[in-house]
Amino acid sequence: MSIKVLIPTPLRPYAGRRSIVDVTAQTVGEALTDLVARHPDLRKHLFSEDGKLRSFVNVYLNDEDIRYLSKDATPVKETDTITIVPSVAGGR
Amino acid sequence: MALTIPNALRKQLRQHGEETYPHECCGVLTGEIDEEGGKTVQAIVRCGNTRTDSLANRYRISPAELVRIQREAALACHDIVGFYHSHPDHPAQWSATDLAEAHWIGCSYVITSVEHGRAVLTNSFQLLGPEENKRFEDERIEVID
Repeated sequence: MSIKVLIPTPLRPYAGRRSIVDVTAQTVGEALTDLVARHPDLRKHLFSEDGKLRSFVNVYLNDEDIRYLSKDATPVKETDTITIVPSVAGGR
Repeated sequence: MALTIPNALRKQLRQHGEETYPHECCGVLTGEIDEEGGKTVQAIVRCGNTRTDSLANRYRISPAELVRIQREAALACHDIVGFYHSHPDHPAQWSATDLAEAHWIGCSYVITSVEHGRAVLTNSFQLLGPEENKRFEDERIEVID
């Protein structure tokens, strides 16, 4: 099925300058795989060399962090939205 | 490149830093990015500082809050163009921690120094990439009415 992935501002140059990419998937993992298949330049910005999500990249299915769902195996449905957000932190 | 911000919004983010003093405040800047990368702030969103261990010198915005802000900004045809936080009793300059924990390449990171509870200087820094070789560059703030 087709679902939407929201791309954050810093990753849009690697996703054809698009803010939303439609992907075909049954799970979150398949959605991310399809996303990088459509936009290969995204891969190194999302995944480390061992294929895991980079530590500062958060992936949400609707309002839930996939780390607290079933991670890559989390099933998706047509009305779902996946949002990618790099973390924001700092301090003096 | 410049960060353009209405004076009223600049005042609001500085006031936020005064309200949370002696703790760091934080929030998100939403608006538009033009073809050349110039950013115009059209709204600021106050966020809670989720760093409960060291509120006076660290900040963190909940990813769940970022997801909500990004979604709502998209509905208004806006983008997240940057972030702001305060440095209580510390200069309005980025720190090693600020750089290490910054990942929104191309976005603005606005820092306000708050001395004894009063906002003093507000500076902006644009994060330039790539991630492996990222750096902050001074960014001019253009204040408009």
